Amino acid sequence: MAAEAIIVENVSKRFNLRHTRSLKETVVWLFKGRRGDLSSTFMALDGVDVTVGVGESVALLGFNGSGKSTLLKLISGVMSTDTGSVRTRGKVAGLIEVGAGFHPDLTGRENVFLNGVLLGMTEKETEARFDEIVAFSEIGKFIDTEVKFYSSGMFLRLAFSVAVHTNPDVFLIDEILSVGDEPFQKKCLARIQELRESGCTLVVVSHDLDMVSRVCDRGVVLRQGKKVADGPIGEAVRLLRES
Amino acid sequence: MSAELLAAPDKGGGLLDVLRRRELLRLIVRKELKVRYRNSVLGLLWSYVKPGVQFIVFYFALGVFLGLNKQPNFVIYMFSGIILVNFFSEAFSNATRSVVANGALVKKIFLPRELFPVASVWVAIVHFLPQFLILLFACFFFGWSPSIFQILGAIGAFVIVAMLSLGLGLLFAAANVMFRDSENIVDLMLMMATWLSPVLYAWYLVRDTLGETFYFFYQLNPMTIAVELFHFAFWAPTAAVRTAAEGARMPENLISLWLPVGLLISVVILAIGQTVFRRLEGRFAQEL
Repeated sequence: MAAEAIIVENVSKRFNLRHTRSLKETVVWLFKGRRGDLSSTFMALDGVDVTVGVGESVALLGFNGSGKSTLLKLISGVMSTDTGSVRTRGKVAGLIEVGAGFHPDLTGRENVFLNGVLLGMTEKETEARFDEIVAFSEIGKFIDTEVKFYSSGMFLRLAFSVAVHTNPDVFLIDEILSVGDEPFQKKCLARIQELRESGCTLVVVSHDLDMVSRVCDRGVVLRQGKKVADGPIGEAVRLLRES
Repeated sequence: MSAELLAAPDKGGGLLDVLRRRELLRLIVRKELKVRYRNSVLGLLWSYVKPGVQFIVFYFALGVFLGLNKQPNFVIYMFSGIILVNFFSEAFSNATRSVVANGALVKKIFLPRELFPVASVWVAIVHFLPQFLILLFACFFFGWSPSIFQILGAIGAFVIVAMLSLGLGLLFAAANVMFRDSENIVDLMLMMATWLSPVLYAWYLVRDTLGETFYFFYQLNPMTIAVELFHFAFWAPTAAVRTAAEGARMPENLISLWLPVGLLISVVILAIGQTVFRRLEGRFAQEL
């Protein structure tokens, strides 16, 4: 039996929607005898169990607000669970959003190093893969230009390129395969297939059902924070299309 | 790969994690410095210009107009205090803002969040060094010959301020995520910082005017202790002060009592800051 890469056990996450961020209003509210609600809550995830084996590629599917991205954030560790537990094995690289760590005032080169290290590589490893990263992104001579002058396509290509070269054990992808023009998208998909064949575990969140059918072999469908289906990707996609 | 154990992803080791990710810390510090001085001709020179101008203003307002220059080497006395308070102000205020300012990263990528306040303190140290060099240069000019105790006192003062600003920075950075009022509270505290320590006046004025009890509490402020230690290390051993009739009047037991007290208080504040930060850390991503 293959080992598990990710175990999500009975995870719930409740969000506090706070209506104020100022101390004054909170103090006034306390003095008024706590009348009215300063915050309302919203259940983003409700008792979700998912186990992902090493080398599996799983799609998290569901409509907007179903809790997919929250689950991904819990797996990456950016957020912590209210109840239940999340455990992962090995290095987890999250593409929660491409280019999150990019700073517009730094050059492409500086950003590659900053992001490589942010995503868990050492500076040496980044150095060793630098040429590969630049070649993949097709940025070419613009690498020493400040990122704020990049077109949005160039920016995303470089950011994606850094992320897919970090060689993680578990790779989390949130709606990012809409990167760049069509040739580049093909290249991204090819690179992800490559990662998958090398034994990397993938968890993908996407609304592009055709794309996930090609990349993933298993689908988990979430609806209003609850898991409603877990099975082969074809069935999961069919279920979502029908509803 | 499967030899590695399953682990919870959000198990942070606090400040120890920052040590483990020194490389990232260095890159963040480098980024901060580069971004701060982008498109600026003077660049890092601004960290000389600002305290320089501040110093000239104080020198004329207090030294010349209010006549404090009559004290021997008042220039050194004032400057050694000012650079320490500047260091504290910059470290504390930037650390407070650091987590909110890096909100994009905090929300998207998992990394020890203590990195940001620590990086702010580090950047403040980078800005402190040139000012410190000016102080040293001026000290030599005024015939500086310190004892080993005085050097140790200066190092102690630096450690006190670094720990204190990091501890308060962690505390208010975490609070700032919940309530943006923190930034203003911190600005208020920093406004008072210069006057709550004997930077522009002599410590014994506090004791003589307000009495021993008040003076005791005044003296518990780690910044006061640090500033006095800097006076002890840089102002007291200059030639004019040593040969002056009344000598350098320093608080009693500065090294034997107040230095350890200052270190202890700042360690406690650092521990409180770290504890609160870790307690609230889990909510950063959703509150930002």
